Amino acid sequence: MDFVIQQITSGLAEGAIFASVALALVMIFTATEHLNFAQGEMAMFSTYLAWTLINAGVPYWLAFVITVVISFAGGVTIEYVVLRPLARAPVLAYVIVFIGLLVIFNSMAGWIWSYVLKEFPSPFKAFATGSNLIGSHQLGVIAVTLIVLTALFLFFKFTPLGLAMRAAAQNPVSAKLVGIRVGWMLALGWGLAASIGAVAGMMVAPIVFLDPNMMAGILLYGFASALLGGISNPAGAVLGGFIFGVLQNVPTIIERLLNINVIGNELKLTFALVVVVAVLTFKPSGLFGQVRIKRV
Amino acid sequence: MPRHYYWIGLSILLALLIPYLPNPFKGESLFSDFHVFQFTLVLIYAIALLGLNILTGYNGQISLGHGAFYAVGAYVGAILMDKYDVPYYATLPVAAIVCLIVGFLFGLPALRLEGHYLALATFGLALAVPQLLKYHPLEPWTGGVQGIVLSKPDPPFNLHESLGLSQDAWIYYFTLFVLLIMFWAARNMLRGRTGRALVAIRDHHMAADTMGINTSLYKSLAFGVSAMYTGVAGALTAVAVAYVAPDSFNILVSISLLVGVVIGGLATIPGAIFGGLFIVFTPNYANDISKAAPWAVYGVVLILFMYLMPFGVWGAILRGVRALEKYRKTAKMGQ
Repeated sequence: MDFVIQQITSGLAEGAIFASVALALVMIFTATEHLNFAQGEMAMFSTYLAWTLINAGVPYWLAFVITVVISFAGGVTIEYVVLRPLARAPVLAYVIVFIGLLVIFNSMAGWIWSYVLKEFPSPFKAFATGSNLIGSHQLGVIAVTLIVLTALFLFFKFTPLGLAMRAAAQNPVSAKLVGIRVGWMLALGWGLAASIGAVAGMMVAPIVFLDPNMMAGILLYGFASALLGGISNPAGAVLGGFIFGVLQNVPTIIERLLNINVIGNELKLTFALVVVVAVLTFKPSGLFGQVRIKRV
Repeated sequence: MPRHYYWIGLSILLALLIPYLPNPFKGESLFSDFHVFQFTLVLIYAIALLGLNILTGYNGQISLGHGAFYAVGAYVGAILMDKYDVPYYATLPVAAIVCLIVGFLFGLPALRLEGHYLALATFGLALAVPQLLKYHPLEPWTGGVQGIVLSKPDPPFNLHESLGLSQDAWIYYFTLFVLLIMFWAARNMLRGRTGRALVAIRDHHMAADTMGINTSLYKSLAFGVSAMYTGVAGALTAVAVAYVAPDSFNILVSISLLVGVVIGGLATIPGAIFGGLFIVFTPNYANDISKAAPWAVYGVVLILFMYLMPFGVWGAILRGVRALEKYRKTAKMGQ
């Protein structure tokens, strides 16, 4: 029984990271209808910035805040400098630009910080959970994800700026007519996404070690989580992340209980992915997403 | 005869001459065997890109997983040559049929998925295939992580002795021959009823349905034919590279293919050649520019391309030609 609970809690902790990445993807998607393939590499780059700060002797939480702020500025800059000139390009041109950004960040990180694995500190080592079912870092990751989600919810629901951003995303033309600067709202969305990604990166780095390719898989699973939960719904995307995290450990649990080995460790994420695609074929808008009605 | 036939003829002539072009400054030929091998890769990628373009450009279905079909084609070819002593030219039709069926079957569930969802499903496919190729129970056929080592075929009729045709040059001509057939077939398919149906589905699915087009059938068929083209390209790589391994079909292949299609020009046939040139040569030149961060250079080039030619190289050329014709017309009217 302990084994099952351990697998579920570790699934939840990994799911929390998928959830953060999914949340970052949803930020940009709701505003622009584009999926940012470079999200993971942007998060990885931010994490390297945090690592540099911490190694220079800055206390962890100060480095955390500085990284989030720098990432926000970076996200806004990328939207403003790289994506704005593309405004009227076909959708696939965006995909290619995102792929371009992805390889640029990846290559730059390898160039600046080398491809050697680096250890990244966890801020949650100080207190013990007093249980062998869940590690302190895992618990911390889940807590941080929930805090980020709550903060975003409050921001979008109760601040004028949040309202303006929602308006700009839902109906850009009308938003413009009531005096909202839609272009800036998009840039802010990018900034928020970059910040959330940075948090996800700093949370995942203590688990997988810091290296330029650490986010490649995680981005895909974040993407799958977002689609599973419903890409139009931030809370759904977070739930999708947790579900996906637990789902990937289901074969391990079943195999352990039945004492067989078919899927093993290498194929467990592929298995989860297949399940997600299967779910999507039956429920194309995701588990908690809004069903889109097209007007003909 | 339409004017563009001359251009096609000229291009084919140039392509035929590539292994024999002399270097104006030295006595030897301009391109070494390695260069010829690289041009062979360009042609192979062009076939794969044309396949992906049928699906993405003409039918509007995004695939981030064509590397999977490429891998299936390559492995079918390699296993036939390695285990069953099938001659290399006979592996192509088999790879084509296998990939047509696999693609068609994958196209059936893909009918329910659109846009980003399809991108995710195909991406998953691209991730799963290398893992399956490494999967232990399949090792007697796939060779596991080590892959399969083959040998390059010799030119037929003793051409290497009588004409001095090297192995690489022969594979180049063989690939060119296959490419011409496949481009010709694709052109005929896309110009006719089928092509119009594909484009109609892309532009307005519901309207196409109302016009009486069997959208499900055409969409799955587009997947099948697209996979077939990419599979033939895969089987050709097995011949040209003479080596297949799971790790040479990672997710990067699928992404390069999508990049190649967009760089060449969506929904254009000649664009595939430019896409192939981009895929093969840009990483090399990027490495020459910056040894430290070649992929950063590649990324910057990619983004610049999209700024300058959002409709791809062939799209830009077409636009240029049209602008020129318009300018000439107005100049004539002025006289």
